[in-house]
Amino acid sequence: MHAIETENLTKDYALGFWRKRPYRALDRLTLQVSPGEVFGFLGPNGAGKTTTLKLLMQLVFPTAGRAEILDRPVGDVEVRRRIGYLPENPYFYDHLTAEELLRYYGRLFGLDRATRRQRAGELLDEVGLGAERRLALRRYSKGMLQRVGLAQALLNRPQVVFLDEPMSGLDPIGRRMVRDLILRLRDRGTTVFFSSHILSDAEALCSRVAILAGGRLVSSGRLTDMLAFEVKGWDLVVDGLSADALTGLGPGLIRTTTIAEGRYALELPADARPDEWMARCTALGGRVVSLNPLRETLEDFFVRQVGAHHRRTEPGSNN
Amino acid sequence: MPLLPIALSVFRESVRDKVFYNLLLFAVILVAASLLVGQTTAGQDVKIIKDLGLAATSLFGIFIAVFVGINLVWKEVERRSVYNVLSKPVRRPALVVGKYLGLSLTLLVNVSVMALALYAVLAYMNQGFPESVRQAWDAPALDPALLIAFVLILAQLLMMTAVALFFSTFSSPMLSAVFTFGLYVAGHFNADLKNFETIVSLRPVVWVARALYYVLPNLASLDVKSQVVHGQPVAAGYVSLSLLYAAVYIVMLLGAASLIFARRDLK
Repeated sequence: MHAIETENLTKDYALGFWRKRPYRALDRLTLQVSPGEVFGFLGPNGAGKTTTLKLLMQLVFPTAGRAEILDRPVGDVEVRRRIGYLPENPYFYDHLTAEELLRYYGRLFGLDRATRRQRAGELLDEVGLGAERRLALRRYSKGMLQRVGLAQALLNRPQVVFLDEPMSGLDPIGRRMVRDLILRLRDRGTTVFFSSHILSDAEALCSRVAILAGGRLVSSGRLTDMLAFEVKGWDLVVDGLSADALTGLGPGLIRTTTIAEGRYALELPADARPDEWMARCTALGGRVVSLNPLRETLEDFFVRQVGAHHRRTEPGSNN
Repeated sequence: MPLLPIALSVFRESVRDKVFYNLLLFAVILVAASLLVGQTTAGQDVKIIKDLGLAATSLFGIFIAVFVGINLVWKEVERRSVYNVLSKPVRRPALVVGKYLGLSLTLLVNVSVMALALYAVLAYMNQGFPESVRQAWDAPALDPALLIAFVLILAQLLMMTAVALFFSTFSSPMLSAVFTFGLYVAGHFNADLKNFETIVSLRPVVWVARALYYVLPNLASLDVKSQVVHGQPVAAGYVSLSLLYAAVYIVMLLGAASLIFARRDLK
């Protein structure tokens, strides 16, 4: 069983007023997400992430291909009892309070009055809006609306949650809250499928990711398989070294960056012995501030993959 | 079926958007008119107030039906709140019909309160006249037949709400308003299209006129204000047939609106 499965999912939009010309927003996307996974759906703006989510929610209809959620076609309205969805930059009814909104959505799920009341209270507390539950939504900031959006996506205790840019509009505390929420969902066995272009979030949360560019899947798999986790080098920050002392450190440095007067970031090769370099710095009167191994990040991988895709699809390229 | 929560949500929105403030204006117009009419006319007071009350109910109602109706679906799509609703177990036709029922409830409450207000003003005026004057009226001040006129006005409004909602599923509010008001006006002169062959002999033109007669809402058949005010009887069979016509027209429009909305990409 797959939590989410797409096969050659394709979406063309017609652009233009008189002379319609097709624009392919998503091109033959084939993807499987297993139950209980936190799956990151990554890509630059305009890559087709939101289109994919809209196709999965049947807000738009595919030009070709198929999609299933929990082994049911996405068009099956009953499957929506078991899923939650946070759209990108969600908008709600101005005239309602957050509590009224959640109760209204609870009625759409067919929840009884007591459950609606209980879930609305629990979720608004969980997303940090307990104190503002009776405030009209027209008075909410963008970040607060994002939190309401998260709450409504979880109202029915869904088995699969779709989050379109869940960190959008949130301050650092809000982002931490969302990260913790996703991890709690994962611990409860909920499948989380979230789109983002904030790679550090994906790196911290996801077991698997897919990278989309120009409507095409350019890479997908486990983070551990995608990224080389061996050390590529070392980043040593020292303080209190004079420029003369710096030259006395000897050969072997890949790069030296001046951070402030007397403070430098030294990039060492992978085979360097960092303990020896620290001892050398200390002997020359310096003080070690930090030492960090350099590994490939998801950002490095992402930039490489998306860059390669753009080069392939540029006019004049062979592909 | 999630029809009820959707309908109640539309009704609540109408209340919070102060749609019912029009009732205050209606009451002011009625009271002011009753005071004014008493000083300027002789013996026609009650008839004029009935006329004014029914006309104002119709006019205020059509403004609500059109201006709320054209935004019902369009606003949901434009502001993307529809994404949240349709990701729940809600079929698209249920959203369309639920929205329609919500506005219909608003109009029902509006027309009912207006009817009560008119009866209250008429009861007050009724007291001010001696029995001999009352005997000379075409119809009693508190004529129950007024209710027939109110019911048929409501039917007209529900038809026009369906028209506005139909346009709202695929058109902008500005265009929807133009189309709906256009149909409202045309609907009052619909009977002329039926007898077009008496004016024009060209067959294709007559066919087009006849086709338009069946497509456009026949609002004139639902307008019995004049008969009721003048105390002329309105047959029960006529009322039933008119209501049946309105119901069929509404169901067909809601069906078409649901079909269009169900196939639309909500970009």
